[in-house]
Amino acid sequence: MSENILLEVKDLKKHFRVRGSLTKKVRAVDGVNFYIKRGETLGFVGESGCGKTTLGRLVLKLIEPTSGKIFFEGKDITKAKGRELKEYWRNAQMVFQDPHTSLNPKMTIASILLEPIRFYKIDVGDEEEFLAKQMELVGLGREHLYRYPHELSGGQKQRVAILRAIITRPKFIVLDEPTSALDVSVQAQILELLKDLQRKFSLTYMFISHDISVVKYMSNRMAVMYLGKIVELGPSDPLFENPLHPYTKFLLAAVPIPDPKIARSREKILIKGEPPSPINPPPGCRFHPRCPFAMDKCRREEPPLIEVERDRFVACWLYASK
Amino acid sequence: MEGKLELPEGVVLKVEDLVVKFYTYSGVVHAVSKVSFYVKEGETVALVGETGCGKSVTTRALTRLIESPGRIEEGRVLFRRRNGEVVDLLKVDFETLRQIRGNEIAYIFQDPTSALDPLYTIGFHIHETIEAHVGKIPKKETLRRGIELLRQVLIPSPEVRVKNYPHEMSGGMRQRSVIAISLSNNPRLLIADEPTTNLDVTVQAQILDLLEKLQEQYKMGMILITHNLGIVAEVADRVYVMYAGKIVEEGKTEQIFYNPQHPYTKLLLRAVPDPTKKIEKLESIPGVIPSLINPPPGCRFTDRCPYAMDKCRREEPPLIEVEPGHKATCWLLVKRG
Repeated sequence: MSENILLEVKDLKKHFRVRGSLTKKVRAVDGVNFYIKRGETLGFVGESGCGKTTLGRLVLKLIEPTSGKIFFEGKDITKAKGRELKEYWRNAQMVFQDPHTSLNPKMTIASILLEPIRFYKIDVGDEEEFLAKQMELVGLGREHLYRYPHELSGGQKQRVAILRAIITRPKFIVLDEPTSALDVSVQAQILELLKDLQRKFSLTYMFISHDISVVKYMSNRMAVMYLGKIVELGPSDPLFENPLHPYTKFLLAAVPIPDPKIARSREKILIKGEPPSPINPPPGCRFHPRCPFAMDKCRREEPPLIEVERDRFVACWLYASK
Repeated sequence: MEGKLELPEGVVLKVEDLVVKFYTYSGVVHAVSKVSFYVKEGETVALVGETGCGKSVTTRALTRLIESPGRIEEGRVLFRRRNGEVVDLLKVDFETLRQIRGNEIAYIFQDPTSALDPLYTIGFHIHETIEAHVGKIPKKETLRRGIELLRQVLIPSPEVRVKNYPHEMSGGMRQRSVIAISLSNNPRLLIADEPTTNLDVTVQAQILDLLEKLQEQYKMGMILITHNLGIVAEVADRVYVMYAGKIVEEGKTEQIFYNPQHPYTKLLLRAVPDPTKKIEKLESIPGVIPSLINPPPGCRFTDRCPYAMDKCRREEPPLIEVEPGHKATCWLLVKRG
C-alpha cells in the first residue's frame, strides 16, 4: 500500500438487525471502498439514511462492521481490541454534530479537555498552563476553562469539542456534520478554524455533511452516497461542475445557490419521490426506480464503482461500457 | 373609532413599528423592536436572519400568536381581508381574528411532525380546518377536497394517503400534508417558517418548487422565514434582513445580493459558501449576537461591525433609501453635512 494513504476501507458493510424480525436487515453501509490520503479532506455527502454517519462511526470502530476491512497507516485495524484500539483512537478522533450533547454537562471545560490527556498519560507539565495554551488554538480564552458547557454559546462549545479531538495530536479526524447545528456566521468561523488546524497539525479529515456547499468548500475530494453505497467519488471541483452519476446530477441541481442570477437561470431538474428504505433496497442499481436513464441491466445487476476518468469514480452502467 | 384603515393598491399586509417584548425573570427581552414591512399580493417576501434575531416572533405576532410572558406592545398590522376590508390585526376582536387565522392567513411551521396531531388522519386535519371556518360540513365533502389538495401537493395515491396517520408518512410527505392543510381555505397570505429546514435537499427543492407553483395559482402573498441565503436567492422577490430584533436592510433580492449596503448583510453573504464559485476564505463575523435583555443603545451590530464609529454606539441609525426600494439602517450611508 502506498505510503501516502492514511486510511483505507475495503468492502465495508454494516447491517443492523430490525427489531421483531429475524431476516430483515437495515443495510446502512453496504460494500464501501475508499481511501484517504495524508493531509487531504475527503467529504461525504448524501441524504438522510444514506449511511454516511454510520460509515464515519465504522471507520473509527465506534461500531463493529458486519464485514470488510479497515486499514490505518497500512495496518489492519478491523479486529483491533484493547490496547491496539486505544492506540488507534489516539491517532483517530471524532467531532460530533451537536456540541450540546457531545460535551458532558456535569464537567467543566478543563476536565473535559484533561480526560484524554490523563487517559493517554501524556506529560504536559503544568496542566492549567497547557490548557490555556491549547485554548488559544481554537480562539478561546483561559477564562472559559472553569465554566460548564451550558455557559458557552453553540460555536464556543463546538470549539471545545474540536479541541478535545485534537488535544492528543491525532492524525485523522472524522467530522460528522460539525457545523449543522450552527448559524451561518458561526459556521464560517468553525470551518475556517478547521482549515487552520489542518494546516497547523497536518491533519487528515473525513468530512461528513448533508450540506453540499459546505462539503465542497472543505474537501479536496468528495464521495456521494446513496442507500449505503458510494455512487460517485472524485475531486470536488470537477465533480461539482460536471457530475456523472444521474443521482449526483439531481442532488447537485437541488442545492440552493446563494446567487439569484445563477439560481434562477439554471435548469431545474427535480427528482421524483424520496429515497426508499435501506431495509429492502431495490435489486441491481439502487437508484434505478428513480433514474430516468434506467436500462434493463440496471434492474438486474449492481454497477461497480469504476474509474471513468483520472481520479473520477462512478457506479453507473451508463459509463461502464466505455 | 378611528377613521377607515387603508392600504396601498395590491398590498395584502403592512406591518408598522411592531414591538414585541418578553417579560422573563432575567429581564425584559426586546425581541422585536420597531419592525416594519409589507407584502404584496402574489409576492414572496423573505425574512432572513440568524437564530434569535426575532424573525419567528415577528410572524407569530402578526396574528397575535404570542404567549405569555411575551407581549405585543406597539405597532399596527394592517391586513386586507378577502372582502376588501382593511383591518388592524392587533386591534380586531377575537372572533374576527379566529376567522382570519387558518383561513385568510395560514402558517406552515418548521417541524411538520409536531404540527400534526398523531391521533388523527391527514383527512381529518383538513376536515377540521375547513369546518372551523365554514361551519358543519359532511365529512364526505371535505374528504373529496382533501384528496384534491393532496394531489395538488404532489402526494402519490392521495385517495390512500388521505386516510393515513402522520406516523405513516415520511418527513417530506408530512411537510406536504401540512402545506395541503394550510391551503384548505385558499389563504390570502401564507407564512412559511423555515418550511424545509429538516428536509433533504432534493425534497427541499421539490417543496420550494411546489410552493412557488401554488402561490402563482392561488395568488397568495408569502412570507418565507429562513436562515438559508441559498433559498432566498432561489425564490424570494424581496428580502428583509433582520439582526437582533430589527430590520437592518430591505430590498429586491438582486439588490440585496449584488449591492448589499449594511455591513451585516455584506458579511453574512460572504459567510455562505457558494458552490459555484472558487472561494479562498469565508468571511466570519467576529463575536456573538448581543443580549436582547439590555440591547446596546445605537446600532445593535456595533460590537461586531468592522466599520463601527463612535456615533454608532450612541445613536440609532436612520433608515436610508440607497436606491428605489432598497433601504438600510447604517450611519455609513448618511452623507456628512
